[in-house]
Amino acid sequence: MATLAVALTGNPNTGKSTIFNELTGARQKIGNWPGVTVDKKVGYTRYMDRAISIVDLPGTYSVNARSPEEKIVIDYLLNTKLDLVVDVVDSSNIERNLFLTVQLLEQDIPLLIDLNMQDDAARRGVEIDTAKLEEAFGMPVVETVGRSSKSTKKLLDVFTSTVMENYEPSQLVKDHIAKVHAIRASEKTDAQKDEEIIEARYALIDKVVAKAVTFRNVGATRSEKMDRFLANGILALPIFLLILYAVFQITFTWIGQPIADALEDLINDDFLNLAKDGLEAAGVADWMVSLVTDGIIAGVGAVLTFVPLIFVLFFCLSFLDGTGYMARIAFIMDPIMRRCGLTGKGIMPLMMGFGCGVPSIMGARALDSEKDRMISILVTPFLTCGAKLPIMALFAAMFFPHNAANVVFAMYIIGMAMAIIVAKVLGSTLFKAKGSTFLLELPPYRMPDMKSVLLETWDKGKGYLVKAGTIIFVASVLLWVMSNYNFSGPCEIEDSILASIGSWMSKLFVFQGFATWEAGAAVLSGIMAKETVVATIGVLYGAGDVSTEAEDAADTASTMLQTGMASAFTSLSAFSFMVFSQLYTPCVTALGTIKKEAGGWKWVAFSAVYMFVIAWFVSLVVYQVGRALGF
Amino acid sequence: MTLKDGKTGMTLKIVQIEESPLKQRLMSMGLIPGTKVTVLRSAPLGDPIAIGIRSYNLALRREDAERITVETVG
Repeated sequence: MATLAVALTGNPNTGKSTIFNELTGARQKIGNWPGVTVDKKVGYTRYMDRAISIVDLPGTYSVNARSPEEKIVIDYLLNTKLDLVVDVVDSSNIERNLFLTVQLLEQDIPLLIDLNMQDDAARRGVEIDTAKLEEAFGMPVVETVGRSSKSTKKLLDVFTSTVMENYEPSQLVKDHIAKVHAIRASEKTDAQKDEEIIEARYALIDKVVAKAVTFRNVGATRSEKMDRFLANGILALPIFLLILYAVFQITFTWIGQPIADALEDLINDDFLNLAKDGLEAAGVADWMVSLVTDGIIAGVGAVLTFVPLIFVLFFCLSFLDGTGYMARIAFIMDPIMRRCGLTGKGIMPLMMGFGCGVPSIMGARALDSEKDRMISILVTPFLTCGAKLPIMALFAAMFFPHNAANVVFAMYIIGMAMAIIVAKVLGSTLFKAKGSTFLLELPPYRMPDMKSVLLETWDKGKGYLVKAGTIIFVASVLLWVMSNYNFSGPCEIEDSILASIGSWMSKLFVFQGFATWEAGAAVLSGIMAKETVVATIGVLYGAGDVSTEAEDAADTASTMLQTGMASAFTSLSAFSFMVFSQLYTPCVTALGTIKKEAGGWKWVAFSAVYMFVIAWFVSLVVYQVGRALGF
Repeated sequence: MTLKDGKTGMTLKIVQIEESPLKQRLMSMGLIPGTKVTVLRSAPLGDPIAIGIRSYNLALRREDAERITVETVG
């Protein structure tokens, strides 16, 4: 028998993705829809000897083709031959969910209506008579509770036994479609027609709901009670800060960092020595051993040790998103974010920016208006991502040993301040004409489905593994070649290609106080990946392998103090270098993401140049003002 | 009055939504003239506000709420 082709559609927050994950487990492929950066999730399963392929369409409230997601859903459903289209409905919130259902029925798309979240609906006093709902729409209806093996089996049973050809829209639906056609044919403006059609849809929904749904008053729900603390009154803000603090503690102290440390030991000691011994025993040439150990393993390893932090951070954020709390954060932070030229919904992508700019830039997709999205994409790279942190930690420990923490904190503030200033400026210049809106569903609090949280974490985090395997790998090899060779052959590092380029670069930084070729080369390598700045400095000042971990900064600093680095910078020029590193051109991975998300090389060039210029000016002002003040 | 003037706990009926690019989105989300909404709360800093409508909760900014004309129910 041919593979059964199923598509899942529905509103956001209906548990649709949980159902998808339960049905397909790990047998899924995540790609992109052609031309856009919306995830395309396809999964496979077998049931009763029947192969089933399932597409998880993006969650949308309607299909007016206003957003890329909406366009994808309707184009896919109209142009693909499917055996079954499943409309996943949150039963506790059936009225608004049926809006999409009605819209799809208007397009002649037969639907299997899945009344999900039955347990929530019962708690909230919503009772749905399935038989009456089937009769009202003329379409088959199935009830599920989301995360349960019973529901999964039930769905598979229904998938394999339902023949959509046996169903046809009820008279009620047919009358509605006729009405929609009449409105379309009438002599009115398009906006008037659209509004009348929306009203007609809700009129139909009201009729159906009156027939098939009863609402019992159950008083304040659990979510209501929780919101009295989490989204209301003065306590909401400190609670948010506490949760934020916990996320960073989990990531950087309790769980993420210890794993990262263990991994670093494994790579830098055990694996590095193993590889070195192995290669030497095999009689490989010295340069090759050096390339593999000093170049590739050191470079790629530096990024790999960073992966656990990213995964833990994304796990926490995905978990919070699954509980529904993220929507509350957007709700309580909107006024503050707005004064900064951003929007409340932008808080989640921005928070990710402290881990890494790449998912942060991708996360901006969730924002409503193009204005908010573009501004968020363009200012995110100013934040202190996890790869910039080691630079700050090292310089602070070396040149400000008594104030290290404060100086690092100052860099976070400078990054955030610059993000806010630029957001404000962009909002009133380049994107002035475009409006910003904030319309956000506050879904009920739920215990997130762990399988979905883990899959999402993996989906977001795997980018780093790819990065380590591609860009960092190439950058490490390049950097190694450039620092060990010049055009006449192998040489000392002072005579290498890297030194020539670095000394050319350094001419740019005469007024910033760090016009050394080492600093120039470090800046250059930082455009490939910010992780390599500290590694480059370590190699260039002849300290050999230095730890690129932020919490080893004190040790690294004491090693580095023995080298020429101590006299190459003054406290002031070190501070100026830190400011520059904080603000300048994002790494190539981030730039690549900007191209995809902002749509075009023009924005890549814009980001690369304007950030470099801003960094150049700010560090210049810092150095010159500092000198004038006598530092 | 407009939805912006609604106090926490009030149940209101939507009369009309002013023309704006947001109008159709608001309508698609269920804010249709004649529909009842309950003002649930405002965020700690006074804005945005949360309303209960058609058995779900929606947050919107006060400046958008000002475009929605409502009347008190009962």
